[in-house]
Amino acid sequence: MTLEFAGISKAFDGREVLRGVDLRVEAGEVFALVGPSGVGKTTLLRCASFLLRPDGGVVRFGGREAPDEPGAALALRRRIGFVAQNPCLFRGTASYNVSFGLCVRGVEGRELEERTDEALESVGLRHLANAHGSKLSAGEAQRVAFARAIVVRPEVLLLDEFTANLDPANVAQLEAAVTAYHRRSRATVLIVTHNLFQAKRVATRAGFLFDGRIVETGGVEGFFTNPRDGRTKAFVRGEMPY
Amino acid sequence: MAGDILGVTLLSLLVCASSTLIATLIGVPLGVTLGLREFGGRRLLRNLLFTLYGLPPVLAGLLVFLLLSRGGPLGGLGLLFTPLGMVFAQVVVVTPIILGITMSVVATMERRVKETALALGADRRQLSTTVLREAAAGILTAVMVGFGRAISEVGAVFIVGGHIEGQTQVLTTTIITDISQAEYGHAIALGVILLAIAAVVYSLLYRLQERTLP
Repeated sequence: MTLEFAGISKAFDGREVLRGVDLRVEAGEVFALVGPSGVGKTTLLRCASFLLRPDGGVVRFGGREAPDEPGAALALRRRIGFVAQNPCLFRGTASYNVSFGLCVRGVEGRELEERTDEALESVGLRHLANAHGSKLSAGEAQRVAFARAIVVRPEVLLLDEFTANLDPANVAQLEAAVTAYHRRSRATVLIVTHNLFQAKRVATRAGFLFDGRIVETGGVEGFFTNPRDGRTKAFVRGEMPY
Repeated sequence: MAGDILGVTLLSLLVCASSTLIATLIGVPLGVTLGLREFGGRRLLRNLLFTLYGLPPVLAGLLVFLLLSRGGPLGGLGLLFTPLGMVFAQVVVVTPIILGITMSVVATMERRVKETALALGADRRQLSTTVLREAAAGILTAVMVGFGRAISEVGAVFIVGGHIEGQTQVLTTTIITDISQAEYGHAIALGVILLAIAAVVYSLLYRLQERTLP
């Protein structure tokens, strides 16, 4: 399913964060949106995950705008997966957390157990299925949050700085889990990150968001080795693009 | 005498438990719903509920008395000077407390809890259920405070119940009449029973609350 942002704008307390973002993520690709902190990457992702309503512009999924009718909107929302930078685990076990999305979709019995175990296995945490969420390390909690998002097999997966503040081993495990899920599902994946190395490792295309607008997009190779815009060049060199 | 005390104690328990239960059934769902929604008059409603926390029970009793008296709008129900009328009066006193605390607990709950449930595909009803589960410890606190108000309340049940011997006497109203008749020993004995009831109920609720904590 394609994911398209058309003219998205958003302001908070009079401060414009997004100023007409246009971006199209093709069906089945892994797209990395990079940019310095505070340029609106998370805001854009929250608009796509229905957690925030843009002031202007539209988000289209598979070429269609999100419907107003609550039932249809919920059905679309259930085709999107979202992992936040700081995971919020519900009270209960890792298994309870992972099964949450399946339960609200009416999955039960043996299928519920099998899919929950499978998702935990995909992030190497099956042995912690019965561990309470509050007892998990930050890395384990984020892996549970990732398993919780993919267990419902989303067609669009939105990842917001999902490995920030994690140690290299957890980063590697999560990136491998993203790649494995993408290979298996051919889902459209949009990763928001300021980690350029991660963008290179995981994505096929990348885009640079700066000052509330998309500056440029391109295939990962060209984007990082030969960017067109001076601000992108500065950013990929590790300089501030101001 | 012992039979009297047993009867008064049982009626106290029945009235307090019933009113707390009814106030919980009204206050918790309404508090969760109002706590989850952003609406124009929320601040005004919250201030009104906070004001009702301090509603003098004698005033609540007077209002319920006027409602249930023969010439009042609910006079036909025949609830005045009955245990049911006393439950009604206590529900009026306790509901704003349980509703207000529940609403505050839900409204101030970490936004990420609600967002996570929505992002995982919860509909409105499932969101409410999830919030209720996550806020269980706070909501139990609301119920505990409500029960505390009910068990210690005297003004409303005195006015609406009438403290009729063998029919509407409860521990708190009996303590008041004992004091007026200089029966201090009896009053203190009833006070000890009241405290013992509170201790047992609170320890049960506290154990339940501990189980809801991470």
